[in-house]
Amino acid sequence: MADLEVSATVASRGLDVQLRVAAGEVLAVLGPNGAGKSTTVAVIAGLLQADAAVVRVGERTLTDTDHGVCVPTHDRRIGVLLQDPLLFPHLSVIGNVEFAARRHADRSAARQRAQRWLAEVGAQNLADRKPAELSGGQAQRVALARAMAAEPDVLLCDEPLAGLDVAAAAATRPVLRRVLTADSRAALLITHDLIDVLTLADRVLIMEDGKVAEVGPVAQVLAAPRSAFGARIAGVNLVRGVLVEPGVLRAEPGPGLPGVLWHGNPADHLTPGQDVSAVFSPAAVAVFRDQPHGSPRNSVLIRITGLEVNGAVVRIRAEEQPDGAPGLAADVTPDAVAELGLRAGEQVWFTVKTQAVGLHAGSGHA
Amino acid sequence: MRPIGAPGVGLPRWVYLPAALATVFVALPLVAIAIKVDWSRFGSLITSPASRAALLLSLRTATASTLLCLILGVPLALVLARHRGALARVLRPLILLPLVLPPVVGGIALLYVYGRLGLLGHYLDAAGIRIAFTTTAVVLAQTFVSLPFLVIALEGAARTAGSDYDMVAATLGAPPATVWWRITLPLLAPGLVSGAVLAFARALGEFGATLTFAGSREGVTRTLPLEIYLQREGDPEAAVALSVLLIAVAAVVVVGLGARRIAGWNAGG
Repeated sequence: MADLEVSATVASRGLDVQLRVAAGEVLAVLGPNGAGKSTTVAVIAGLLQADAAVVRVGERTLTDTDHGVCVPTHDRRIGVLLQDPLLFPHLSVIGNVEFAARRHADRSAARQRAQRWLAEVGAQNLADRKPAELSGGQAQRVALARAMAAEPDVLLCDEPLAGLDVAAAAATRPVLRRVLTADSRAALLITHDLIDVLTLADRVLIMEDGKVAEVGPVAQVLAAPRSAFGARIAGVNLVRGVLVEPGVLRAEPGPGLPGVLWHGNPADHLTPGQDVSAVFSPAAVAVFRDQPHGSPRNSVLIRITGLEVNGAVVRIRAEEQPDGAPGLAADVTPDAVAELGLRAGEQVWFTVKTQAVGLHAGSGHA
Repeated sequence: MRPIGAPGVGLPRWVYLPAALATVFVALPLVAIAIKVDWSRFGSLITSPASRAALLLSLRTATASTLLCLILGVPLALVLARHRGALARVLRPLILLPLVLPPVVGGIALLYVYGRLGLLGHYLDAAGIRIAFTTTAVVLAQTFVSLPFLVIALEGAARTAGSDYDMVAATLGAPPATVWWRITLPLLAPGLVSGAVLAFARALGEFGATLTFAGSREGVTRTLPLEIYLQREGDPEAAVALSVLLIAVAAVVVVGLGARRIAGWNAGG
């Protein structure tokens, strides 16, 4: 498998991006509507003529406007998964997947491969249905199987879960994750959902006004966003660790420090031993001088590094987590700050209720 | 007071009067002709040798011209639906011209292309091929007038369907020819059926262009409408019976098309 390398300019849409996705890597692309994310996908897939563009997959040059190279879409081996599954309505589910598998195989081999991919996404029992008889989540899983059955070198996902309700998205996400991380294929994932970024991506790229605003490892960009959009979507607390039992995460231990246990709601199907992230909002954090007893299951002793007034709330920043990840944050009222007499350098307890903590597969790969 | 089941803003009441008149205007001639038929002789009238020859010729030529419309019209409709450029803007009105052109004029125009002294007929004649006043001329005349019906119906269907499925098929590695046969055409099946039915119906009723370009030779170019026109002088009862036959065929076509549209195609497929 091969790296994807893209450089594209589309003047009419104000697009000017450069990006690179390594083999086996998932790059999440975030950005406001109209930032040029889908245009980028169209250029990579050869569906849109760019003013100036170079698209390479490994040794293969797919687009090179300077040298007049433009490989047609059907010869690019670039899979596309869109918000609309776009299953061919006149073909059955298995017929849809076979259509993609036929490219490199005779009929019986294609059927076998189609069945294998349907099983991979847990849709083998839907094989004989018509697309009109599928739910949104089922249709999207079949669309994923179909895209993979064509054996693309690169998979481009343009908000594949955005059209699904919360439950269907949560059920489809682990399937997408399994397929995306199964082999060393490069993948690009456009999304609006921070959970997708945390659970599916290795690196994140933020696009604003047709340009790359920032790019880097997920944890780094979310912890210290340098772009306006990054700052808006980030601002959540993220604790990385390993699932020790259902609903319980042990945070990465630091040098000489034990890993703290975090209790939360598993958003995906998780198995003990798996890398997991705990995600919670600073607004869900309560601050105490003394260790609280009772209902809040999660409490950690932290040292305050700073306080910032942020509208009607004060954000309390804690020191770095034991594993070096960015410090946790708590949003409290100015009254509470005054009452507790909070100052930088002091030690306080941060507590969060179990229900406020979401546990997600993937550790955001530092 | 509004009738139950008609919520929202109603039509002014007077609108129903012209609407009713229009219905009567269309229905009354059909009723009149049905009354006029001598039903006891109906069977023998429509099975006379001349009538049978005309009916068979009509069915054969209309089928042939519908096939020709499909072969030529489907690619044209797709080209028009997918292209937004100046070419499509010039092409569309040109193709639709036969729709509003008097058929007699169409027939004359065809003569000047395929007739013995016509643009192409000149060369065809030299090669020993004669088209005017043959069954081939009937098929060409019918194709000329019915092609726009098929193109209009199909272009609309193709526009509505869009090209998203074709795009996905391409990303799955299907070359354009595969996409055309396995995705584009099957998805256009409903439009194809209604377009073909419209073209067939129009071909079946073709009169003016056929008479001008192909003449009226029994068994060769005298189709059902021509036969009816001819019989009107000599045997009015036969003309009426054949008219009813043509109305029946048209009704089957229209009802069939309507049912097809209502049933949709997703459930059947």
